[in-house]
Amino acid sequence: MLEVKVLGGGCNNCKVTASLLEGVALDMKVKINLEKVEDIQDIMAYDVISTPGVVINGKLVHRGSVPSRQQVERWFSEK
Amino acid sequence: MITDKRVQVIFGLFIWTGLYASLIPFSEWLVALLPVEGDSHLGEAIAFFVYDAPKVLLLLTVVVFVMGIINTWFTSERTRALLAGRSLGLANMLAASLGVVTPFCSCSAVPLFIGFVQAGVPLGVTFSFLIAAPMVNEIALTLLFGLFGWKVAMLYLGLGLTVAILGGILLGKLHVERYLEPWVQNITKKDVSFESEARSLEQRLEAGYAAVKDVVGKVWIYILVGIAVGAFIHGYVPENFMASFMGRDAWWSVPLAVIIGVPMYSSAAGIIPVVQALLAKGAALGTALAFMMSVVALSLPELIILRKVLTVRLIAMFVSIVALGILLVGFVFNLVL
Repeated sequence: MLEVKVLGGGCNNCKVTASLLEGVALDMKVKINLEKVEDIQDIMAYDVISTPGVVINGKLVHRGSVPSRQQVERWFSEK
Repeated sequence: MITDKRVQVIFGLFIWTGLYASLIPFSEWLVALLPVEGDSHLGEAIAFFVYDAPKVLLLLTVVVFVMGIINTWFTSERTRALLAGRSLGLANMLAASLGVVTPFCSCSAVPLFIGFVQAGVPLGVTFSFLIAAPMVNEIALTLLFGLFGWKVAMLYLGLGLTVAILGGILLGKLHVERYLEPWVQNITKKDVSFESEARSLEQRLEAGYAAVKDVVGKVWIYILVGIAVGAFIHGYVPENFMASFMGRDAWWSVPLAVIIGVPMYSSAAGIIPVVQALLAKGAALGTALAFMMSVVALSLPELIILRKVLTVRLIAMFVSIVALGILLVGFVFNLVL
């Protein structure tokens, strides 16, 4: 089970990122627990100033844009 | 199937060049096919649309691709590290210029603002960035270049940066720190070190593709609608119709354009073709550009987001200073040209 967090204040790109993560997890049959972090203080705790950010098992792997499908596949297969 | 990204790019460039070169013959061929007179109102409107719409979309695709790659070097975090601890003046110029090449979405305005303040970027410098980032961007510049030529695009770039730099310096001099929301004032400074994430060429090209898919996928409809409105005005509104109330002699048209433009919000993509059509019918360039800058630079959604960190008073100062700067740009333009 991967703990996945999407950091971002509910903007459109954050929603797109969250559904991309869910979709890829489903396709790759990877179990994830997805959490959307929308509180600004919590986002800042990861030192993310450009949203959306993606955190996997506590580690920030991406920030500033919607990740590409290939990137998400890489993160999930590395774990 | 070609899988090497570099080969794909070269291949794509060939196709792009071919398409771009066949724009004029294609539009002439298409208009000739239609059962309308070329010099009729409808004929002119159609000719305008079928030439300009594909041209602008093609230009935009290649520019967004290149910017998508350039953006991989200029993340907000790196920009912050470059600006932290500098004093007003030169840093404002740097901030405004970085605003052009750093990817920025108004939905990140709050974390970005706090991140900058936290790292010790002076407030005036942060504002220079916040003014330039939405106003001067590759989409606006590409459209201006495609529809008006490089001179107007360069003027827009120069004047947009000037507004951002001077606006930021002025806000910095006014010591507006006291008008931040209290919780922002209490944020402790922390050292920011930037760790560069190693990215391969492949990944940067991938980012370019992603940018095209994202940006062009989002704005193409605005561009088509904008150019369609432009085409309509081009074909049907009488020559010099605008001259009487948006022309050079009507000095009050500049403030009016800014007042109408500030609450309006559109991406640069939707507004520029309309501006082009206004110009073609006799509106003054300064008035039209002031209108466009005020629509693009200040947006109600962004102000609402910024309200979380700025008091109403500071937002009002921010809007007034930017609007005043745009007003000056409009007047100077109309005076000089």
